[in-house]
Amino acid sequence: MPQNADNVLDHFELFRGPEYQQMLANKKKLFENPRDPAEVERVREWAKTPEYKEKNFAREALTVNPAKACQPLGAVFAAVGFEQTIPFVHGSQGCVAYYRSHFSRHFKEPSSCVSSSMTEDAAVFGGLNNMIDGLANTYSMYKPKMISVSTTCMAEVIGDDLNAFIKTAKEKGSVPQEYDVPFAHTPAFVGSHITGYDNVMKGIFEHFWDGKAGTAPKLERVPNEKINFIGGFDGYTVGNLREVKRLFGLMDVEYTILADNSEVWDTPTDGEFRMYDGGTTLEEAADALHAKATISMQEYCTEKTLPLIASHGQEVVAFNHPVGVKGTDEFLMAISRISGKPIPEALAKERGRLVDAIADSNAHIHGKKFAIYGDPDLCLGLAAFLLELGAEPTHVLATNGNKKWADKVQALFDSSPFGQNCNVYPGRDLWHMRSLLFTEPVDFLIGNTYGKYLERDTGTPLIRIGFPVFDRHHHHRYPVWGYQGGMNVLVWILDKIFDTIDQNTIVPAKTDYSFDIIR
Amino acid sequence: MSLAQPQSVAEIKARNKELIAEVLKVYPEKTAKRRAKHLNVHESGKSDCGVKSNIKSIPGVMTIRGCAYAGSKGVVWGPIKDMIHISHGPVGCGQYSWAARRNYYIGTTGIDTFVTMQFTSDFQEKDIVFGGDKKLAKIMDEIQDLFPLNNGITVQSECPIGLIGDDIEAVSKAKSKEYDNKTIVPVRCEGFRGVSQSLGHHIANDAIRDWVFDKMDPNAAPRFDPSPYDVAIIGDYNIGGDAWSSRILLEEMGLRVIAQWSGDGSLAELEATPKAKLNVLHCYRSMNYISRHMEEKFGIPWCEYNFFGPSKIAESLRKIAGYFDDKIKEGAERVIAKYQPLMDAVIAKYRPRLEGKTVMLYVGGLRPRHVIGAYEDLGMEVVGTGYEFGHNDDYQRTAQHYVKDGTIIYDDVTGYEFEKFVEKVQPDLVGSGIKEKYVFQKMGVPFRQMHSWDYSGPYHGYDGFAIFARDMDMAINSPVWKMTKAPWKQAPAQPGLLAAE
Repeated sequence: MPQNADNVLDHFELFRGPEYQQMLANKKKLFENPRDPAEVERVREWAKTPEYKEKNFAREALTVNPAKACQPLGAVFAAVGFEQTIPFVHGSQGCVAYYRSHFSRHFKEPSSCVSSSMTEDAAVFGGLNNMIDGLANTYSMYKPKMISVSTTCMAEVIGDDLNAFIKTAKEKGSVPQEYDVPFAHTPAFVGSHITGYDNVMKGIFEHFWDGKAGTAPKLERVPNEKINFIGGFDGYTVGNLREVKRLFGLMDVEYTILADNSEVWDTPTDGEFRMYDGGTTLEEAADALHAKATISMQEYCTEKTLPLIASHGQEVVAFNHPVGVKGTDEFLMAISRISGKPIPEALAKERGRLVDAIADSNAHIHGKKFAIYGDPDLCLGLAAFLLELGAEPTHVLATNGNKKWADKVQALFDSSPFGQNCNVYPGRDLWHMRSLLFTEPVDFLIGNTYGKYLERDTGTPLIRIGFPVFDRHHHHRYPVWGYQGGMNVLVWILDKIFDTIDQNTIVPAKTDYSFDIIR
Repeated sequence: MSLAQPQSVAEIKARNKELIAEVLKVYPEKTAKRRAKHLNVHESGKSDCGVKSNIKSIPGVMTIRGCAYAGSKGVVWGPIKDMIHISHGPVGCGQYSWAARRNYYIGTTGIDTFVTMQFTSDFQEKDIVFGGDKKLAKIMDEIQDLFPLNNGITVQSECPIGLIGDDIEAVSKAKSKEYDNKTIVPVRCEGFRGVSQSLGHHIANDAIRDWVFDKMDPNAAPRFDPSPYDVAIIGDYNIGGDAWSSRILLEEMGLRVIAQWSGDGSLAELEATPKAKLNVLHCYRSMNYISRHMEEKFGIPWCEYNFFGPSKIAESLRKIAGYFDDKIKEGAERVIAKYQPLMDAVIAKYRPRLEGKTVMLYVGGLRPRHVIGAYEDLGMEVVGTGYEFGHNDDYQRTAQHYVKDGTIIYDDVTGYEFEKFVEKVQPDLVGSGIKEKYVFQKMGVPFRQMHSWDYSGPYHGYDGFAIFARDMDMAINSPVWKMTKAPWKQAPAQPGLLAAE
C-alpha cells in the first residue's frame, strides 16, 4: 500500500508505485485494445518529419490547439474595466460559465458576469424576454452603475437585435430610461477575443459620445490636454496598467485609462468580496471624447475603436504591445510629443538601468533562436525585444494574426540582421508550431500555458509569457511594459536560459564540470 | 438579522428560513417567486429536499451552471482517450474547456491518445451562412491523414450547428462508411439545449447507445475471455486519478474491471461493457441513462456506490460484493481490513484538527451528497448543500441518505444567494468551483474546489481519502486566514453558527 498518513502521497507520486503501475499495465493490455507499441513509435517519429509538416501545413479545415479564443471573452475583459460595470452576455449561459472560469484560472480572482440564459424556446422565438427579465434581475441584484451587453454566437445566429431589445427592455421598466446599457454584437465566428475587446470598447464610446442610442444629445467635443490610454486585451493588465499610471505620473501628464480592469482583478483578501473595484468611471468614459489624443498599446485590439475616436477629432496613436528599450522609447516620446512635457531624468535613468541589464546579460541570449506565439501585438512586441537583445525570433505565430500583421512582422525582421532567417505564420495553430519545432528547432519557446505540451513533445524549454497562464502564479501582477517591464521580461528569459544550462550540466562526473556557480 | 448562535434544531431552522426570506428580498417579485421554489430548509423524514430542480435558470442572476456541450464534451465524451472529439462550431467552447477538467489518462498524446488537445472546426462567418457540413467532412479526412491511430471521432455540436440546420449525422454516416465502418459519433449537444450540463449528459449517453452499442457487430469475437467477476466503472471521470484509486479496490476484492466510463477510458472499453456482470455507478446524475439502458437491453444490473471516505467506501464495497459470491464478499472484508490501519492513522491525525468544523457545498453531479460522509468521517458537519444541475432523484437521495435536519438547500444557486448564505452562516469551509473560489477566499473563508479537487486528488478510495483529509486540513488551518484583517482593524470575533446535530 503506497499511501501513508504521515507523508500523504499526491497524484504525481501515488500512481508511480508498483501496485498502480501493474494495474494500469493490465488495463491497457486486456481492455484498451491498444495499438502495437512499435506502430505508436513509428507514427510518433513520422510526426516529426518534414513530410508530416507538409501534410500538417496543407490542412484547410481542421484546427488543432489554436492560440486564440472567441469574441465574447474579450467583450467581458473590456467591460469589467469600467466602474461598477457588469458584463451581460446575451445568449446561451454556458458561455458565461466558461469566460468566468477562464479569467479566474488566469488571474486567480473572482470574475463576475451574467448571462441572459437563452434556451431552446429563445432559439425559436428570439431572446427578447430573456433581455427584459435579465436586465431587471441584474439591475436589482448587483446594483451596477452600468450593464455592458454583448452576445454569444447563439444570439448572433438567430439575429437578435440588441439595440431594439434594450430599448424595449427600458420601455418595460427593466432599468431606468436614462440608465447606461451600452452594447456590442460580438459573434464568436468572426475574429477572436481581441475583436470582441475592440467591439465593446467601440460600443461604449459610441454610447457615451454619440447620444446613447438616440436617447440623449450627442456630446460636443471640447478639446483638453488629457491623453486617453487603451491597453487592449492583455494578460498582464494588472501589472501593466499600474506601471503605465506610474509612468504618466512621472511625466506629469493628465491621462485617462480606458477600461482599467487592474483593480477588479487584483482585490485584497481582507474579509470583503469586492464584486466591483476601481475601473474607468462613466464620467471619464464620456469625458474621454475631449482628450487631445488616444494611445492604444495594441493596434490589433483597437482596429475599429481607434478610427471611431479619430473620427471625433482626436489624434490616435497605436503601438504593438511595446516591450523593451526601443518600444518604450517610442511610447514615452509619443506621450512627450503629444503632451509637450519632457521625459524626466528619472525615466532616463530607468532606461539606462534596462540597457545596463541587457549589457550585463546579452551574451547569454545573443544568437539564441526563439519561437513565439500569442496575440498579434504581443508577438510583435516580444519579437522586437528579442531582436534588440541580439536573439532571433525564428518562428512568430499568431492564430488570430492576418496577412497585414504578417507583413508588419516581416518588416520588423527586415529591419534587423538578426531577423534574416526568421519567419512569420499568420492564422496557424500550435499543431503547426509543433511541426516547426521538430523540423526547424529553436532554443526556446515563448507562449502561454498551452505551450507546455509543445515543451513536453519537442523538448523546447517554454518561457511563459502570454494569456492564459494557468500553471504559474502571479506573473500577471508584474508589468511587461515600460523599462521596468522590459526588465521583468529579460529576467524571465534569463532565468529559463540559466535553468536550462544547469539542467544540461547537472550529471555528476559527466557534465558537471560546467555546473558553474558564476554565470 | 441576528447572528446569535442558535441553540436547537428548531432555532437553526428558524434562522435558516429567515435567511432565505431575507435573500429573496433582493429580487423583483416575479423572480423572487421563482427562486423561492429552489431554496429550502431540510426537514428530516421528508422524502426529498423540498426544492424544485432541473428548471431553466433565470436570466441575469449569475447562475453558476454550464451548458449541454459542457455536459457532453466536457464530462462524458472528452475523457475517452483514443477518440478525437471535434468541438464543432466557433473556437471558444473548445478553448475554454481545453484540458481544464483534469481527466487523467495514460497514452502518447497526439499519436494514439488525444484527451488534452483541442480539435475545433473554428467556424467562420461563411460556415454559418453556407453551412459547415462540407468543412466537417474535410476535417474528418484531415484527422485520418494526420492522426492515423485514432480509434474514432465524435462531433460535439456547439450552439450554431442546430440553428443553421447542418446534418452532422449524414456526414458522420458517410465518413464512417468511407473509413471501413469507423466509429464516428455525431452528438447534438448544442449549448442552448436543456437548462444545464445535465441534458448534455443524457444526449451523450444516448449517442453511445445509438452510435456505439447499436453499431456493434453482435457476432464479433470478444476481445477477452469473460469472467463471472467482470464489472464496469460507470460515471468516474478520473479527475486527479479518482477512477484509478477506485479500480484498485475493486480489483483487490477479486473483481475484474473491464471498462472505465469515461476517465482513462477507450472505445474498446465502451464496447466491452455489455459483457459486464454488474455496472457500478458513481456519478448517477451523468450516467444513469446508459446504466438503465444496459439493464433493459442486456440485463446488466447496476449499483450506485460512494467511494468518498472510509464509512461510505466500506458500505459500498459490501453493497457491491452483495451481487457476487462468498469469494468476493470475503474479498471486500479483506480490503476493508487491509486499509483500516491507514484510515485509523489518517483520522487520528486529521480529525482532532477538523472536529466540529462546518462546511457548505455547492457542486454538480454526485458530490453535493456523496462527499458528506467523508467530511463526517473527519468529524465535520455539512450545514448547507445544493446542486448545479441536479434533478429531483438527486434531492431524494440527498434527503433520504445524507443531509441532517435543518440543512440549507439551494438549487441552481445564484452568485448573490450563495455569497449571502455564506456570509450569514459563516461555515469553516466552502466547497464549490473555480468561479466561487476567490469570492469566498476574499471574504476570509477557507475554500476547496470540489470539481477539480483544487488541482489535487485523487479523492476517491482509501488512497484518495488521505489526500482529501490533508487538503481539508490545509485549507481550514492555513495560517493565512488569521491574517486577513490588519491588526489595527481587528473587529471583535463574531460567534460562528452551527447546524443541528
